[in-house]
Amino acid sequence: MAAESSSLAIASARTARQKQLVLIVSRVWAWVFLALLIAFFTASVFSTSGGSVNFLTLRNSQNILMAITPVLLMGLGQTFVIIAAGIDLSVGWVMGLASVISALVIADLVAQGMAETPAIVLGFVIGVIAAAIPGFINGVIIAKLRIPSFIVTLGMSFIARGISLLLSGGNVVIGQPPGVRAFGNESLLYLISGEGGGLYFLQRPNVTGEALQRLDRILPWPVVVTAIVVAIALFVLHKTQFGRHTYAIGGNREAALRAGVPVDRHIIMLYTLSGITCGIAGILHTARFNGGSSIAGDPLMLPSIAAVIIGGVSMFGGHGSVAGTVIGALIIAVLTTGLVMLNVQPFWQFIVVGIVVILAVLIDQARDLIIGRMESQG
Amino acid sequence: MEPMLSVRNLVKRFGGLVAVNRVSLDVYPGEVVGLVGDNAAGKSTLIKCVSGVYHAEEGEIYFEGRRVSFAAPIEARRAGIETIYQDLALAGNLDVPANIFLGREVKKRYLGGLIRTLDEDHMLRESQTVLNSLEIRFPSLTVPIDKLSGGQRQAVAIARALYWKAKFIIMDEPTNNLGVVEQRKVLELIRRLREQGVPIILISHTLPDVFAVTDRIVVMHRGRKVTEKRTAETNSQEIVQYMVGALDDTRAQLQEA
Ligand SMILES: Nc1ncnc2c1ncn2[C@@H]1O[C@H](COP(=O)(O)OP(=O)(O)OP(=O)(O)O)[C@@H](O)[C@H]1O
Ligand SMILES: [Mg+2]
Repeated sequence: MAAESSSLAIASARTARQKQLVLIVSRVWAWVFLALLIAFFTASVFSTSGGSVNFLTLRNSQNILMAITPVLLMGLGQTFVIIAAGIDLSVGWVMGLASVISALVIADLVAQGMAETPAIVLGFVIGVIAAAIPGFINGVIIAKLRIPSFIVTLGMSFIARGISLLLSGGNVVIGQPPGVRAFGNESLLYLISGEGGGLYFLQRPNVTGEALQRLDRILPWPVVVTAIVVAIALFVLHKTQFGRHTYAIGGNREAALRAGVPVDRHIIMLYTLSGITCGIAGILHTARFNGGSSIAGDPLMLPSIAAVIIGGVSMFGGHGSVAGTVIGALIIAVLTTGLVMLNVQPFWQFIVVGIVVILAVLIDQARDLIIGRMESQG
Repeated sequence: MEPMLSVRNLVKRFGGLVAVNRVSLDVYPGEVVGLVGDNAAGKSTLIKCVSGVYHAEEGEIYFEGRRVSFAAPIEARRAGIETIYQDLALAGNLDVPANIFLGREVKKRYLGGLIRTLDEDHMLRESQTVLNSLEIRFPSLTVPIDKLSGGQRQAVAIARALYWKAKFIIMDEPTNNLGVVEQRKVLELIRRLREQGVPIILISHTLPDVFAVTDRIVVMHRGRKVTEKRTAETNSQEIVQYMVGALDDTRAQLQEA
């Protein structure tokens, strides 16, 4: 009897350890996958180029970071929305709307003789507000009229598309003062490697010719802005009441309501926030490409949702994290950049991203299945 | 003695259906009242009118002597009426403290309240304390509660009610979907709440449970209250007769009149 119960105890300790292992694997696989991806590209880029090209350079890392900023920004708002068991399909065209409106406002204000800096600041603020408004309207309709978020935001996507195309006439909005481009392309730090080089803070060193080749921008402003938004999102989702209520609504909306969570107000805020993150992505696009483009965000909408899913946010709501979305966006950006450097047809990236998305969900399900089976046995 | 809760001639309709038909009910301090009846008798609807989920078309509700009319469940909770619903109303993806404190999270303040973060340690400690006072033990409070058993979840719901100083607790089939051992634990919890002087309305289909913990039993049939008996002065057979409509005090009264 005693021997039996002690062997039972050992068995249950073993399943507990196995369960722990499954949980750890399901939590860290994305990090491991990212590391493997980087290792793979480093090795293959190195060998296919005969040792002349390195994947793991400072410059390339900054390119990757630049590449993920819009996808990540949209993904952050989306993370909150999906954790609360909704979805925002309007992110792409809302981003384009913000890009167009900010560029129009800046061009107009400068043409009217306003000084550059206030014109840019005002243009960017109005751009973000212009993106917050459709988000707010999404939220009101979803919360108050109880129409599925899928449908409301799909409709809003078309509306934002129409408005931004009407406003821009279908063209890129130009006429931006130089400060716009500077904000999108200059950086916090500069490094000139090698002889006569050094690290420069805020101020771009005035170099030409060969030294310019050795100049690296570290932390371009769009990356800095995105990093700040990531930090805020991390804090809000994981440390505050707002974040807790987001999970609660996604887990059991009825329970949240009965517990006194202001569910409708919260949902309205979530979609407004999603609009705001798209707005930030939009103004950063205007800055980076020196003009407003309505089609800027459309191709990024699905990658942004893919990043969220790869990061482990459940489409049923209630689960997920900001760190997961960051990893998801990084995986997509590394894939895209790496494949381009390998000189493979860039279209392969879509196939690989698709596989990774499905893989991510399979891993989540396998985890639940394995743990469920262990529990029913133990 | 004044009743703590007094329901007077309550009527609630759903379209043409009269789910609750002129029901009156008193509950006194420290009393456990069983509310029984067949499926669709109107038990859940009646208590949802009390707890602010539904708004009754006719009749009055008095709580602690004052006329009340709760527009939302949160108002009833603020007045001290905690309801533990049939469907539990817990967020399965959140852990025990997050559920106990849901909607009333404790926060730490920084920069004069400008930045407020969740005080997880405090909420965990308090949860531990209230669960200890109910002599409930969990291996871990920080797992999502859909990983807990039905009885453990029920205990969380009861602990939440207790922690928030419920003056009055309504339980809608708290032993539903529970194993035998867990059912017994929940009954024990009800007794412990009663010892602490908290009046309870207990809805249950399990008559032995009702007989084990209640002071009084109210029977509903097709929206009407058909009888009210002191538990000590009745038995299961008699209650069943009322539940199926074979006995009906109001009909008897009508005939007498
Ligand atoms: N929201 C609603 N809309 C329409 N009809 C409803 C609603 N809620 C309850 N009813 C109806 O009111 C009647 C009483 O239902 P209620 O849930 O109060 O019964 P109950 O006594 O709690 O039954 P059970 O023991 O099955 O839980 C039923 O006929 C039910 O179908
Ligand atoms: Mg019921």
